[in-house]
Formats: sequence, structure tokens, C-alpha cells
Amino acid sequence: MDATGIGLWGVPLAILGGAIRVSTPFIFVSLGEAITERSGRINLGLEGTLVFGAMTAYAVAVMTNSPWLGLLAAAAAGLCFGLFHGWICKFPKVNDIAIGIALMLFGSGLAFFFGKPFIKPKAPNLPAIPFGAWSDIPQVQAALDVNVLFLIGAVLSLVLWWAFRNTRAGLIVRVVGDSSDAARAMGLNPNTVRLIATGVGGALAGIGGAYLSLYYPGSWTERISSGQGLMAVALVIFAHWNPLGCFAAALLFGGAGALGPALQSVGVTQGYYLFYAAPYILTLIIMIATSSPTRSLAGAPGELSITR
Amino acid sequence: MSAITGNKAVGVETIGMSMRFGAFTALGDVSIKVPAGSFHALLGENGAGKSTLVKCMMGFYHPTAGDILIEGREVAIASPRDASALGLGMVYQHFTLVPSLTGAENLVISREKVPGVIDWRKERGELAKFMDRMPFKLPLDVKVAELAAGEKQKLEIIKQLYLGRSFLVLDEPTSVLTPGEAQEVLGLVRAMTRAGALTVLMISHKFHEVTAFADDVSVLRKGRLTGTGRVVDLDRKAMAAMMIGDQPIAVLDSRAEPRPDAEIVLEVKALKAPDRTGLKSIRIEDLGVRAGEIVGIAGISGNGQKELLEVLAGQRPRDAGEIMVRGAAYAATRAEARALNVRLIPEEPLKNACAPKMTVAENISFRTFDIDGNGKPVSWISAGAIRAFSARLVEQFKVKTASLASPIASLSGGNVQRAVLARELTGKVDLLIVSNPCFGLDFSAVAEIRARIMQARNAGAAVLLMSEDLDELLELSDRIFVMSDGALVYETPIAQASVQTIGEHMAGHH
Repeated sequence: MDATGIGLWGVPLAILGGAIRVSTPFIFVSLGEAITERSGRINLGLEGTLVFGAMTAYAVAVMTNSPWLGLLAAAAAGLCFGLFHGWICKFPKVNDIAIGIALMLFGSGLAFFFGKPFIKPKAPNLPAIPFGAWSDIPQVQAALDVNVLFLIGAVLSLVLWWAFRNTRAGLIVRVVGDSSDAARAMGLNPNTVRLIATGVGGALAGIGGAYLSLYYPGSWTERISSGQGLMAVALVIFAHWNPLGCFAAALLFGGAGALGPALQSVGVTQGYYLFYAAPYILTLIIMIATSSPTRSLAGAPGELSITR
Repeated sequence: MSAITGNKAVGVETIGMSMRFGAFTALGDVSIKVPAGSFHALLGENGAGKSTLVKCMMGFYHPTAGDILIEGREVAIASPRDASALGLGMVYQHFTLVPSLTGAENLVISREKVPGVIDWRKERGELAKFMDRMPFKLPLDVKVAELAAGEKQKLEIIKQLYLGRSFLVLDEPTSVLTPGEAQEVLGLVRAMTRAGALTVLMISHKFHEVTAFADDVSVLRKGRLTGTGRVVDLDRKAMAAMMIGDQPIAVLDSRAEPRPDAEIVLEVKALKAPDRTGLKSIRIEDLGVRAGEIVGIAGISGNGQKELLEVLAGQRPRDAGEIMVRGAAYAATRAEARALNVRLIPEEPLKNACAPKMTVAENISFRTFDIDGNGKPVSWISAGAIRAFSARLVEQFKVKTASLASPIASLSGGNVQRAVLARELTGKVDLLIVSNPCFGLDFSAVAEIRARIMQARNAGAAVLLMSEDLDELLELSDRIFVMSDGALVYETPIAQASVQTIGEHMAGHH
């Protein structure tokens, strides 16, 4: 077989590779949002957290020359954003969705402000493991070059799925998310649990941002996220708040996002722009398909402001 | 695991318990004694201080004065945690189980000490051993949301026993149960007190439960203890007198003779509509309500009554079937309701029949504000006419309000319901659809509201009454249907109605 021309087989291969590459930030943001929403809050600000995390990671990596320190800094920044959201929302009559939108704009704006000097320099990238080394076809090698964060995300979704059933912390988050009254009757403080859950959710979103700027696309620009944080929120609903579902849905979204570049790479020159819109169209289709005027969402945490 | 059912019952006593909120005395000098292993009933109207008393005992409130003795020794209870440590537990009227968790998860997470990682194999083994000693058998592996109300209530009680409590406060434990389930749950609790494993203080307003299960009774009125004694020494009349004092109670009109040939005002045929979950649907094959009769619909909440009401009120789309009012198709538009004189009294009137922040006058005028005396639409709303109209109705229906301009949300539950009745029952009424009209209201308001409904019936209105209170249905209805799992499964004229048969149909045993 000709190593450079594998023809139309390149499309599914590129979609697979793209799914793995594009899905990673979706995985982290949606797992973070799943934790937050399971505790009974919605944090729409994760889009802002994602962008700010991307900027922080890139900036720290440029200055220290270590992508891992950048990753840690992004997680810490995300944690701060999450805690801030959780702290404001504990006050009575504060709407978590409105605060989320405010923080989304705030996070992006702050990232653009601090990020200006870092648009030019080149930061070191996060490492990838070449699972495709056995093959001598470059497309296969490219598709199976898997970043460590993707693997961590896959493991994390399994761990979370297990932890929601089998650990004290997991059960407490579910209790608080489903019934504040029951939580109080058990002597739990719902606000504290939600504060922590929102903080952890923010940290995961920050990590998702670090992946954007330190691996794929791999540089800091102001248009780095293009709404992925918001789509991840939709994805959590689609996944019925199940971490494994989040992982699968993230792959699906990632694959949709890779459709445009995949078509371009095999030489489709017309209309591939339309396929760049695939993830957004998918979001819309999913939201319409899963919504219903007469029925409430199955599996939705009872304390969520959209289901209450 | 702290739970053992080798629990030994403890006796609890309050001495001179008082609770004041500012100038208001919610509880004044109440002393009651609940000996170990007894079943004590606490009777009283809404706002009589029953929950204040038990909240003081459970450490939610810090009483202004008074002491609590457990087994004759004075104890300090500063928080619910202290109360639990002393073996005091409470089963609330509203479930405190977490719906999306299974029974087993609910039990384990409610424990004081839960390991960081839960070893389900070990926990399940211990739970099975614990359940073997329990009088109730329950599935612990299904989500609580999927349990029937009776099973949930049993699980609440089991949870308290699992946590090692030996003194239980039950707050109106049967309000969500069928008569059969109520008998079963209270009977089992009764047996445990007899065996000396448990002491029970039950808040109730159902006399028949008190006489059937309790050893002693204490009655509160306006924060004072107005009577206490052995249940065997007291009859219902004596207990009712202690509860309500000497205030006048509206009497029900005698029932006008129903005419079997009266016009069928409401007719529902082959109705099909999705329920709240969207997974099931309600199906009403044939339901007719004649002028001058009250048709009651019994059923445990969540069996489709709410959906049926919403369809009749035009709040829920229907998939199939027809609704006819006096022979005309009815889609519950404002114009149709007005032309056909259809009136609606939904449950939780403040939420479902009022705009809480608008004034009493505005709320009372919702049906009439946009028409003049001759039924012609008006282009300018007259504030004066609204005020005059509502002043007359407030007077006539004895709505207690600070002023006509107060927001309706500031009124007590009974007065909100009176205001809604005033609006719905004024003018000609051909069809009246009512749902749980007396839920959570006090004695005198209940009597008055039932009297008004009976008056409307005697004046020739067709009344469809949905209620979770079987006593209310038996008192008011001419015919009773039972709704179970979205369908009308049983019909009986009032003369042949038996609580037992109705209860069995409510539970879906047929």
C-alpha cells in the first residue's frame, strides 16, 4: 500500500485521530461540570475558565519552560474561578446561571488582557505517547499519537463513575445535588459541598484549557476555545450526568469537530467549511432531541435550577 | 455499625417548655410525659405549637424556658446532633430520603461515620442481617424515587431504627399513605412499642388513628396544653373540644336529593394525555358529572389526578379524547370558561390560583376585571370597580386581610383559599373542578370550605372533587371514583362506599 495515499480511508482515520485530539478539553470540562451539576449547581462560567486556563498554562509554560507547571497553574486558576462562583452563589437570591455568564465574560476578558504578550512566543508542549509507532503509515502514526491528558481523562471518567457510587464523597455530592433538605437533615452543609464541587469542576476546566494551549492547537490565541466550554455544558445534559456518558459524548463531539479538517486533509476543497460547524449543529440537534415540553429530564439532579 | 434493634425504648418528658418569638408565644409552659415503650399522640390544629414543641425536643429550637428529661434525668439538647446522640429521632411529614439514591445508599450515607470508600459487599451483608430483624420487608436496591409512598414511609422509619434511635417523633406519618398502608405502618410501630423497643410521639390530626393506636394523648391549642390523658378515657368529641375550644364551626348543608336524570355537565371520553414523566400516560375512558352532584376522585398522589386536573384546566395538552361541557367541546379557554360557567379551585391555591405578589383585590378580580356589568369587554380597567367588587366578596367570604391592597401572599393559607373561593364561587357556577381544597388548613377553615362546596352543589353545580383525603371525599361526594396508575379503576355510589375496598383499589391491588 502506498504509504502517503491511503485514499478515502484517511477520512475515518483522521476522524478517529481528531476525535481523540479534539475531545480532550471536552472530557475535562464536561467531567468538571458533571461534578458541579451533580452537587446541584450549574457553572456556565467554565467557558471563561477554559480560556483563562489556556492563557495561564501557556504563560507559565513560556516563563518556566515546563508544560507541567503550566498545567498546574491552569488547574489552580480554574480552582479559584470555581471557588469564586461557588462562594457568590451561596448568598440567597443569587442565580447561578447569571453568575456563570458573568464569570464566562470575566474569565475571557481577563485572559485576553493578561495574554497579549504571550501571543508570539512559543511554549513547550505537553508530551504525547506514539501508539502508532508500529505502523509506517504517517496518517496512522498521526492519528494514534495520543496525549497523556486524554488517557488521564479516560481514567478520570472511570474513577468518577465509580466514586459517585462507592465513596462517601461521591454519595454526599449526590445527596446534596438531589435534595438540600435531606442533606441538611444529615447535618451536611449544602453550600460547602457545592463550593468544593464547583471548585473541583473549575480546576478540571482549567486543565482542559491547558490542553488547548499546550497541545492542540498548541498555541495561545484569543479564539482558542470557540465555545467549547459552553458545548461541554450541553454535553453533560446529553450524557445524563454520567461520567462515562460524558466521555463517550466528548468523543462524539470531538469526532464531529474533526470532520472539517479530515475532509480537508483528503483533498476536499469545497464545502468543508460547512463541516467545521458540525459540533455546533450537533449541539443544537441534541438539545432539541432531548428536550420535551411535557416531560422532565431523567437523571437530572433535583436541586438544579433548570429542573427545579 | 451503630444500629442495633436490641434498642431499648427510652422515656422522655418535657417540663414547662416555653418558646417565644419576640412578643409571640408559640409555646407556653407545656409539660408532657411520654413513658418508655408508650405510643403518645400529640393533637392540635395548624399553628397550635405541635411542631414548635417537637423542634424544641429535637434541638432545632432552643426553648426560652423549660427542661427535657430522658429517663428521668435532665439533659441539654443544643442541636439535632445532641438529640441523635441521645437516641431521639424524627420522621418528617415530607420525606427526607434522597430520591435518586437507592434505599441502601440512603441508609449508609445517613450514618454518623461513613468510611471514605464504601465496601458495598460488607455493607450489604450487614444491611441484610439488620433487615432480618425488622418487621418491614423492603427492597433496598431500587432507587427511592421508584418506591411507593408507603414503602418510603417505612424506609424513613427503618432509617431511624438503623441509626439506633429509640425515641421517635412521627410528624403526621400517614398523610401520604392509603388507609391500608397507614394501618400497616402504624400497626408495626405499635408492635415495636409494645415490645419495649421504641417510644413514639406521633403528631396527628386524625382522631381514628389516635384512638386506634395511641396509649396517651396530649392536646395543644394556641401554644398551650389544653388536655392530656389516656386515650381510652376520652372520646372524639372531648378531644375535638380540647383542640378547637368553643369557636363556631360551619355546618354542612344537608345534602339536596340528587336527581339521577339531571343534565350531564362534564363529560370526558377516551381521554389520553402524557403524565409528568412523559413515560406513561393517563387514560380516562368515561367520566360524567351531573348537575347537582359531587363526584369524588380518590387516589394516592402521583397516580394521575394532577395531570387530569391540568388537562381539564387547559394546562396540559391531550393526545386524544374529548372533553365536553354541557354538550360543547371544551378546551379551557378564558372565553369558553366564561360562557359555560366553569370554575376551578386547584390545590395549593397560592401557587396555582393566585399571583402571589399582586394584591388581594386584584387576585379576587381575575375573572371579572376585563368585563363590565353586562359581560362586555372594557377597554379601561376601573380600579374603583375592582376595589368595590372585592370589598364585597372579602366581606361575604370572611377573608381576613389587613387591607385590600395587601399582597395575597401575606394572607394565611385558610384566607388565601377563602379569597380563591370568593372569586370562583361568585356568579353562576355550572361546573366546579376542585382539587385538595383543604390541604394544610385548620379546622374552622376546613369546615367552612367544605360547606361552601356543598352549597355550590345544592345550588345545582356539577362538582368534580379530587382529594387525597378519603374522609373528605366520604363526607362530600355523591359518587366516588378511584384513580390508580392513570386510570379510573373503581366506581361506587356513596351509600355503598367502603373505606377498605376503596383503599385496596387505591393501592392497585385489584
